[in-house]
Amino acid sequence: MSQRTALYDKHLEANGKIVDFAGWEMPINYGSQIEEHHQVRNDAGMFDVSHMVVVDLEGPRVREFLQHLLANDVAKLKEPGKALYSCMLNEAGGVIDDLITYFITDDFFRMVVNAATRDKDLAWIKQHAADFDVVVTERPELAMIAVQGPNAREKAMQALTEGQARQATELTPFKGGFIGPYFIARTGYTGEDGFEIMISNDEVAAFWDQLLSAGVKPCGLGARDTLRLEAGMNLYGTDMDETTSPLESGLGWTLAMVPEDRNFIGRQALEEKKRAGNLKKFVGLVLETRGVLRGHQKVVTDDGQEGEITSGTFSPTLQKSIAMARVPATIGDHCHVEIRGKLLPARVVKMPFVRHGKSLID
Amino acid sequence: MSNIPSELKYTKSHEWISDNENGTVTVGITDHAQELLGDLVFVEQPEVGKELEAEEACAVVESVKAASDIYAPLAGEVVEVNEKLEDEPELINSDPYGEGWLFKMKLADPDSLESLLSADDYAAEADQ
Repeated sequence: MSQRTALYDKHLEANGKIVDFAGWEMPINYGSQIEEHHQVRNDAGMFDVSHMVVVDLEGPRVREFLQHLLANDVAKLKEPGKALYSCMLNEAGGVIDDLITYFITDDFFRMVVNAATRDKDLAWIKQHAADFDVVVTERPELAMIAVQGPNAREKAMQALTEGQARQATELTPFKGGFIGPYFIARTGYTGEDGFEIMISNDEVAAFWDQLLSAGVKPCGLGARDTLRLEAGMNLYGTDMDETTSPLESGLGWTLAMVPEDRNFIGRQALEEKKRAGNLKKFVGLVLETRGVLRGHQKVVTDDGQEGEITSGTFSPTLQKSIAMARVPATIGDHCHVEIRGKLLPARVVKMPFVRHGKSLID
Repeated sequence: MSNIPSELKYTKSHEWISDNENGTVTVGITDHAQELLGDLVFVEQPEVGKELEAEEACAVVESVKAASDIYAPLAGEVVEVNEKLEDEPELINSDPYGEGWLFKMKLADPDSLESLLSADDYAAEADQ
């Protein structure tokens, strides 16, 4: 059954072209996906991300619980408000979901998980939370807007009161806090500065209008995808899933293997995979000719081995096609990608492709 | 509803065909098609001189979202392609019936034009 966020009418007002996304009626664009992309790279854009799932975790043993549940270590969260990106793994080391966890107080953490994985995530979290007496509460009454771009914070603060804006100014990257009726965090999924702002469904439409007045332009899921790909950020279900481990998805940096006695779910499987070796590599590709890289296209290395593109697109910032790919570890600086029967040359690069509006690819 | 000029012919697969009245036709994609595809970023054209069969996949247009095949509306030979699209594929979005044309072909049978859809027929198709 199809669901709508509290901003659905606002999307129609802004001429949003509505598509189904994980059971939600969401705007793919409001006219031009490419213009929206540039809007975020050059100024400020906003995304309705209310379909994402906010889950509050409460109890005296919540930190201990998260140290068991997540592959990254919430021990890294020392200051209240700090956020941590992590994978939640199954016993086999496959990725159930990737998510963000905010440390609010010693007995209260807030988590944001993907909409498409809501049911299995909640079931998994609740199943394990029981052992730690942690209370799991979904917060569907909260809407969420991501305001992103070099001018995003400044413009978003125009929609806040002076006192609220002062508090928001103090948020350092990857930190959030309760400010007035909002939960504001300096996080995002575009490679630009900005805020992700939670507010109740009842109040979000008025806040959206204030952001519009401040010159923040609505941007759809289409631009969100090209922005995150340029920023080298994985998309769950496309770049990794339950059949792939973070080790082969470019997410090794999110795995906290130290301290060695922290027995998180999936740890043993990861250690076995590392011991067994022969892991695939997760790389960025830049197509050297015209054309567009897409998910599932075949990658051929110079020594004749094969890999696969997990997600690809045309990069509006670079004006070239870029992709993420899972490939044999022997891959060199160059490879070929098969597009409609032809092998086209591509360069193997380190991600991200773009950060803070600047190309990182020469 | 999108723009469907009455003087053109159409296919079910969203190509438009303009009769140049010299045995050749110009082919492009409709306003409705470009709207469905979103921002176009790449066009792969057929080779000039290539003999096409009716309904043969002969070109590809790619938007940020996806790649779509373009089908030869009728049998004939490709006599010219719109080279401007190589650098400016977005012309298909901004002017689908004008500067965004794809290619011209010399029809094997000039009478075959009659078999294509009229603007009204296409409007009914696109509505479904």
